[in-house]
Amino acid sequence: MLLIRCPYCEEERPELEFRNAGEAHIARSANISGESDDDFEKFFFIRSNPKGIIYERWRHMHGCARFFNAVRDTVTDKFIMTYKAGEPKPSKLPGVAK
Amino acid sequence: MSGAFRIPSAGRLKQAKTARFSFDGQSYAGIEGDTLASALLANGVHLVGRSFKYHRPRGILSAGAEEPNALVEIKRDAARKTPNVRATVQELYDGLAAQSQNRWPSLSFDVGAVNDLASPLFSAGFYYKTFMWPKAAWKSLYEPKIRAAAGLGVSPDQPDPDHYSSRYAHCDVLVLGGGAAGIAAALAAAETGVRVILADEQAEFGGSLRFETGARIDGQDGFAWAQAAIARLQGMDNVRVLSRTTAFGYYAQNFVGLVERISDHLSAPGHDLPRERLWQVRAKRVVLASGAIERHMVFADNDRPGIMLAGAARTYLNHYGVAVGKNVGVYTANDSAYAAAIDLKKAGVNVAAIVDLRDHPTGPVIDEARALGIEVNFGRAVIRAGGKLRVSSMTVQPKNGGGERTIPVDAILMSAGWTPSVHLFSQSRGKVAFNDETKRFVPGTYAQDCASVGACNGTDGLSATIDEAYAAGEKAAKDADAKTAKGNKPKVDASESWSRGMLGAAPGAGPDTTVKAFVDFQNDVTAKDIRQAVHEGMRSIEHVKRFTTNGMATDQGKTSNMHGLAIAAETLGKPIPEVGLTTFRAPYTPVTFGAIVSHARGPLFDPTRKTAIHRWAEAQGAVFEDVGQWKRAWYFPKAGDDMHAAVDRECVAVRKTAGLFDASTLGKIEVVGPDAAKFMELLYTNPWEKLEPGRCRYGIMLREDGFIYDDGVVGRLAPDRFHVTTTTGGAPRVMNHMEDYLQTEFPHLNVWLTSITEQWAVIAVQGPKSRDIIAPLVEGIDMSDEALPHMSVREGKICGVPTRLFRMSFTGERGFEVNVPADYGQAVWEALWAEGQKHGAAAYGTEAMHVLRAEKGYIIVGQDTDGTVTPNDAGLDWAVGKKKADFVGIRGMARPDLVAKGRKQLVGLKTKDPKVVLEEGAQIVEDPKQAIPMKMIGHVTSSYWSENCGRSIALALVAGGRDRMGDTLYVPMPNGVIEVEVSGMVFFDETGGRLNG
Amino acid sequence: MAKAAAKKTAAAASPSVERRPALAGRSTAATGAKVEVLPPADRISLRAPEASIAALSKALGVTLPKKPKTSATKAGRTALWLGPDEWLVIDEAGNDPLTDCAAVSALHSAVGISHRNIAIAVTGAGAAATINAGCPQDLSLDAFPVGAASRTILGKAEIVLLRNAPDAFRVECWRSFSDYVFTFLSEGSRDAAV
Repeated sequence: MLLIRCPYCEEERPELEFRNAGEAHIARSANISGESDDDFEKFFFIRSNPKGIIYERWRHMHGCARFFNAVRDTVTDKFIMTYKAGEPKPSKLPGVAK
Repeated sequence: MSGAFRIPSAGRLKQAKTARFSFDGQSYAGIEGDTLASALLANGVHLVGRSFKYHRPRGILSAGAEEPNALVEIKRDAARKTPNVRATVQELYDGLAAQSQNRWPSLSFDVGAVNDLASPLFSAGFYYKTFMWPKAAWKSLYEPKIRAAAGLGVSPDQPDPDHYSSRYAHCDVLVLGGGAAGIAAALAAAETGVRVILADEQAEFGGSLRFETGARIDGQDGFAWAQAAIARLQGMDNVRVLSRTTAFGYYAQNFVGLVERISDHLSAPGHDLPRERLWQVRAKRVVLASGAIERHMVFADNDRPGIMLAGAARTYLNHYGVAVGKNVGVYTANDSAYAAAIDLKKAGVNVAAIVDLRDHPTGPVIDEARALGIEVNFGRAVIRAGGKLRVSSMTVQPKNGGGERTIPVDAILMSAGWTPSVHLFSQSRGKVAFNDETKRFVPGTYAQDCASVGACNGTDGLSATIDEAYAAGEKAAKDADAKTAKGNKPKVDASESWSRGMLGAAPGAGPDTTVKAFVDFQNDVTAKDIRQAVHEGMRSIEHVKRFTTNGMATDQGKTSNMHGLAIAAETLGKPIPEVGLTTFRAPYTPVTFGAIVSHARGPLFDPTRKTAIHRWAEAQGAVFEDVGQWKRAWYFPKAGDDMHAAVDRECVAVRKTAGLFDASTLGKIEVVGPDAAKFMELLYTNPWEKLEPGRCRYGIMLREDGFIYDDGVVGRLAPDRFHVTTTTGGAPRVMNHMEDYLQTEFPHLNVWLTSITEQWAVIAVQGPKSRDIIAPLVEGIDMSDEALPHMSVREGKICGVPTRLFRMSFTGERGFEVNVPADYGQAVWEALWAEGQKHGAAAYGTEAMHVLRAEKGYIIVGQDTDGTVTPNDAGLDWAVGKKKADFVGIRGMARPDLVAKGRKQLVGLKTKDPKVVLEEGAQIVEDPKQAIPMKMIGHVTSSYWSENCGRSIALALVAGGRDRMGDTLYVPMPNGVIEVEVSGMVFFDETGGRLNG
Repeated sequence: MAKAAAKKTAAAASPSVERRPALAGRSTAATGAKVEVLPPADRISLRAPEASIAALSKALGVTLPKKPKTSATKAGRTALWLGPDEWLVIDEAGNDPLTDCAAVSALHSAVGISHRNIAIAVTGAGAAATINAGCPQDLSLDAFPVGAASRTILGKAEIVLLRNAPDAFRVECWRSFSDYVFTFLSEGSRDAAV
């Protein structure tokens, strides 16, 4: 069981309290009904599946109930950092070489 | 009295405390503190089991958790029967009853041993090659026969009456292993004040100090020092000391699973005492002090009872006071076996000879052995053991060939060296490194915050071990947050020397194809099998392992893996590190299902959710159905009713007078805030801004893909407050879906969501008499049709308690849903029931509810929809706000495939024979005469007998369904084809007049 | 906020029917820990932005905590921080906090959940061990001091945990989970002292 740092609770909490919510930083268009089929496909269906760094959404379902974002390494399964929903993608990741 | 092989002057057990036990029905006496193995050996019993494949007689190899042979069944009563218990781990208690396994008719005469004679047939890969044809025979013939003949113990066939517990624990430093290293590390950490957990799998701490009588620490005998140190640790508030506790799995972020055996060693465990307790420990730092495991020598017939590891023989003598024989031989490739020979000799046991494979070893133990008059032979190998049910001799030959000499013995002590226990380290994803000098795999690259100390780290010698362990304990505490260190490092006054040994097969292990020199005792794998695997093309050690099953038994190859690897490497002509080690996997030793499941049994397997009205329904004899975790009243049979009779009666009563229905399980969400209507506009297809407070609307929720996700009636209580209902099963995910959009896509909206599913009990009162039933109990709400029209909501009181009274209908009749605070649910229900009785109302269950709504063509999301149905498919276009610029699913709904012609649409079906009720899920075709596979154009989603319509009714998803009105379609079934006519979805009261009837 | 709704539900009722709380009066006692169902209390789920906290604190008579995993208690009323804009307010003195919030004009959402939740007290030297039978959080006094509060997990159910004293916890769960939670805690208490 992983420990996940909740950016709202400001501490690491057991994975059992959390739920993964898919890839992060995929914004829903403010004019979604005007989107082309291709754009909607990209928004709704296409997800990255990298070996390495991935940006994910998690929800502290059985804690503060907030959604937040996490950077994780799919090779080691390790969380690199977490940050609040709505915050931009971090420009620098702690402990990760470019 | 506690066995002829007990030596009163040796060992640490108190002779006074006798424990009676039985093995295969024969009674014996042991001493409290014995293991079953030591007590059997004390009574001269070596033969304890039969091997897995060849049914060879087997004895006791070890004195610990690595035991591959001595597996027995322990039986307390008919239900408390545990197979495959290692006799070397099982502590003796008065009354213990053990049975040998895998033999018939008896342990000393086992018919299955014919496999041993036929063993040329059963070589590695035998099963893969032999039982291939005919294919069908594998399942019906071969597998059942093989499973019956092979295998270990027999599972108990009754429910386990014992109680198992679990505990999450957190600590700064977790020390795994309670030998000298573990104790030193725990002392160092504990003295800083940080939280420490120390666990060891044995009943008593001390590890190898149990047999290493030469060790002295802080002026005491090593074992006595260990006991004093443990007593000190137990007295510290910041330390938890767990004996009889195995760390079985090391997971991410220093999460370690331990199993504590609490009552398996007790004669009469107390009722509240769990048998075992699962510990799930999160540690800031872990110190691994898991020691080393001695390897056996690989030579012909090295599995005969009486042949055991030298360290084990020494443990039986020095700890348990048991001599493993009267005339023992020793076969070794390292120094440590000498110590066993010396101790036994001093205790009065004859040591026939030491056979040392090494050419010119030197050292104090060798000198001492000689000084004691023990015959010592260098450069020689044991090429064969004599005897069958018990070893009777060892045949010795110079290792480069020459004359044989057979020496009579009744036990052989062997040692090929010690393998560091890197199991947990490897499970932690650490990478092991091969030390070419010592021929050992030791911890290399760490993946987690842990340290290995002592023998498991390849550290030799007690002084070096304690130095390393104490420093590691201090460092772990400091890294984990310790403020001060104030302890005193234990001082080693005397210790024993260690030396490296050998890997692989000793001379005498073959190449002769008839020789059985065992590498893996538990899975009956010989040196020859491993060579054969390589010859047959296995190159990777992983393939060799799977082809031979070496290391795949329940002991996970603790004694066999290194030998197997060395033989494979030698046969491949490659250095050991190039061949590589197989992966160590959890669990380290077998873990009971009971411990893993722990509390999650019976009523705690999963929450069973019951409504506030459940007890009333139960008292009425309701039959319940599971809906998710909820128990819902399904129907209310009267005496003699079957389900159909009950449902028919309930359906008729609702349409004739009225029915009461417990709708409490419906999901309910209160949406509050100035932007509540804006939020509702975005989450549902319907328009909400103009819905007046006090009115309700049926809402449809889509996912972004445009498919129906949920539905329900929504009441607007105030401009800024909606009472939203969801399906019973959908409640949690709908809440999650709404929170997701609110928090991440529409965070600018000032609105909040609160689950009120369980705040309100909901009583649906439906039918022409519903108002008459409710009105007398209601205060402050005008119940007239003008003041409270269909699809409206009011707040007021019923029976003096607050209510949210909805005028709504899921039956097509005049109907109400009475929401009351849950604790009042049953009492208000009873009051309504009493009123209802005056009018002949009935209680109805979920089945009648389903029929009644189907008669009206109301869909159930998840039954009539399946995640691929759009509002248009379901005939619900009217519920989609045409002028809305945005809502979740608006774009998905417009995808080309979702607006294409020929989509499956929800329609009604009427069977040509009205008495025939279709099967839900049945497929629909246009032409029943076409060849199989037929083209299926849809399926039945809902189907019932409708007593109110006097015929069967059904809903179905049919391709282009709405263009097929009146068409005849076919439902092919195993007993024939059923003819159906496509119809509208409303079967009863098409004009809807009854809503106000 | 939502005055219409709050006013009506908050009006003092004189029920003609009996209130039947789930599990009323149930308790078990093992060596080291006692598990007992607590009497009904008034509760709201309170949601509000930062700017409304002062006004709501004043109206409620208890300062809404802003720090994660904390609570504040005054005169029989406890406010538990559940999330950055979420509090569970429990009143054991018979004063419905919903009524107090109805008078506040600052932006907020107050929803009555008095009947949604059931409270179970776990007390005794083995109280933390009892809860740790199924709750994965660190309940040492350093990590979860007196006054600490958190929504979390117990076995397969969600709970809200509040530490009232070093050896006393209040466990809140939804009504229909109360049988499971109570049974779980009772089972967990059996070996709390071992």
